Amino acid sequence: MESTVTYKSDLNLKATELRLGLPGADDSDNEKPTTPVAVRNNKRPFSELSDESKSVSDAKDGDRETAPVAKVQVVGWPPIRSYRKNSFQSKKIETEGAGIYVKVSMDGAPYLRKIDLKLYKGYPELLKALEEMFKFTIGEYSEREGYNGSEYEPTYEDKDGDWMLVGDVPWDMFISSCKRLRIMKGSEARGLDCA
Amino acid sequence: MASKKKRNSTEGKENLVSPFPDEVLECVLGFVMSHRDRSSVSLVCKDWYSADRWSRTHVFIGNCYSVSPEILVRRFPNIRSVTLKGKPRFSDFNLVPANWGADIQSWLEVFASAYPHLEELRLKRMTVTDESLEFLAHSFPNFKALALVSCDGFSTDGLATIATYCKNLTELDILENGIEDLGGGWLSCFPENFSSLEILNFANLNSEVSFDALERLVTRCRSLKVLKANKSVTLEQLQRLLSRAPQLVELGSGSFSQDLTFQQYAELKNAFNNCRNLHTLSGLWEASSLYLPALYPACVNLTFLNLSYASLQSAEFAKLLPNCPLLRRLWVLDTVEDKGLEAVGSSCPLLEELRVFPAEPVVGGGGGVTESGFVAVSRGCRKLHYTLYFCRQMTNAAVATVVQNCPDFTHFRVCIMNPCQPDHLTNEPMDEAFGSVVKTCTKLRRLAVSGLLTDLSFEYIGRYAKNLETLSVAFAGSSDRGMQCVLEGCPKLRKLEIRDCPFGNVALLSGLERYESMRSLWMSACTVTMNGCRLLAREMPRAKKGCPSLRSHPLRIIISMHGRLSR
Repeated sequence: MESTVTYKSDLNLKATELRLGLPGADDSDNEKPTTPVAVRNNKRPFSELSDESKSVSDAKDGDRETAPVAKVQVVGWPPIRSYRKNSFQSKKIETEGAGIYVKVSMDGAPYLRKIDLKLYKGYPELLKALEEMFKFTIGEYSEREGYNGSEYEPTYEDKDGDWMLVGDVPWDMFISSCKRLRIMKGSEARGLDCA
Repeated sequence: MASKKKRNSTEGKENLVSPFPDEVLECVLGFVMSHRDRSSVSLVCKDWYSADRWSRTHVFIGNCYSVSPEILVRRFPNIRSVTLKGKPRFSDFNLVPANWGADIQSWLEVFASAYPHLEELRLKRMTVTDESLEFLAHSFPNFKALALVSCDGFSTDGLATIATYCKNLTELDILENGIEDLGGGWLSCFPENFSSLEILNFANLNSEVSFDALERLVTRCRSLKVLKANKSVTLEQLQRLLSRAPQLVELGSGSFSQDLTFQQYAELKNAFNNCRNLHTLSGLWEASSLYLPALYPACVNLTFLNLSYASLQSAEFAKLLPNCPLLRRLWVLDTVEDKGLEAVGSSCPLLEELRVFPAEPVVGGGGGVTESGFVAVSRGCRKLHYTLYFCRQMTNAAVATVVQNCPDFTHFRVCIMNPCQPDHLTNEPMDEAFGSVVKTCTKLRRLAVSGLLTDLSFEYIGRYAKNLETLSVAFAGSSDRGMQCVLEGCPKLRKLEIRDCPFGNVALLSGLERYESMRSLWMSACTVTMNGCRLLAREMPRAKKGCPSLRSHPLRIIISMHGRLSR
């Protein structure tokens, strides 16, 4: 295997290669994203490693300025006992899977339902689930006009007690501030748009 | 005086009239506890070998493949306590395939006939099945202490048989094993009249145990000194356990977050107030900052605080520390960040050991501690001699400062979690960092290096680390020369672990003379070839055959190429 890189002589060039940012940039040598690239330049990574870092570096070429630190899976690294690693992973899953259950009411329906917002990755999935649950259709969302094409509009009560239209804020912000959902019908729904 | 009688005594134990010096010698040797010293003693002369042989009650085997159980029992007939280590350390990190070996069963079968009075078995990284545990429980009526660390192959059913049948059990210590957790019913298997337990550690089992059974067990075991509960035990339950066992010296709490009433909190505080004998505290899963103050009175005599499973933030951590003025060993998660480590520096002047574990043990994550936390600790804790430090960035200057403040390091393990990461300020390799460690810390016995490293770092190690016994290397070095420098330069090297480095056959074969005195060599994902291995095996017949001798422990060499392991 010939890729024994000699760092002594090439160090400075390598250093600039490792940097994120436009060529010729002096500073910001402590950008964390250098790491996955360094891993790729290393002697003999595990195959899993080189696969991972390849995709990571591809992503980085795409958006050089703002690429966040990519998490790379390296077998057996960092050297933490499996028991310890598993106990933290399960902890994360526990907290992540704790479930954000909110009540969902629909105007005209005899009883409410409850859903776990954590189950959905974004608005489209949530809205589809609501449609299936209550057997209705939601219209097309647009920032300017809200939901068009249906007499139903999904709304939610936020932390401040205000009723908001579903879809305006980023998903993560939504699930952390949503206390309950209400599918409004008819003219009342229209009122929200004009407000 | 002794010389004349010594000549008579070479007849051996067959003489009915035991010559006086034998007994005296054995009595005196009984005071030599360390297994290394006992080994040295046995090399002095035949008499001493014989005296050691007959009087040895505890044996430590660092590599279970270095000697067969048959040879062991032939040499030491009176063993009561065995400590065995099996798989290479890298098996903890999933680098060793399952079914590699290190099974305890063959040992137990030999022990059952040779050591029927066996009392203690301490295993690390061995494969232990439920059948083996059952065999153990039925074969040794005097059995007292079982400690399993980082083992695998068994389930809670195995623990149930131990609890049921080991009537004289004083210690059950189950730590960080790959155990199949089938439920907490095993704890209820201790008979109602069983009361000899002194040490109980089930912290790493997740299933809920019957609290009723646990409380009754703790109540009737009046000699209980160590209790490490698991996270299913709540704060309220902990309070009840503490009030039953205020004599505890080591406590592992369960979960430390529960909605307590004011009354319950007061009772908890009171319980801790009565536990002033504690010198070790651990557990504290999901520690809520609300209830940490209840701990404070119990921390007054603490010497070892293990917070490595409690995600504390810097503020609550900084408030806790001043209550532990006698702290010597501290394990934390990097959620406390540099600010938390500054508090360590200012509150723990007696600190000797610091381990900082990552809450998010992945490459390329964020947060955690940096070089400034490390420096802050070193400024305040001048007695620091053991560190395990997981971080995402480090500088050569910081490490140099740390070892200047704390020159007495014996164990220096720094893991920069992103492989091949240079000094984040200068962008240079981390060679000078570890160079300063080996130059300054002359007592250094264990070293783990990380970050971007060239052969220069290994030149430093070979030149200066004359007391080094264990070296761990990953993603480092530029050529064979690196490994050669270490093998040539470190006379006391015993364990060498290497992964993902450009060291090949030349490096491997350069250590032929060194391997004689080493316990193990691990190399994975390096540039060694099968031919190199064959050559090595040919040149080192003793290592290959595993033939023990008085003078050397056969070496275990494990070389992994593309996932295939050759022992």
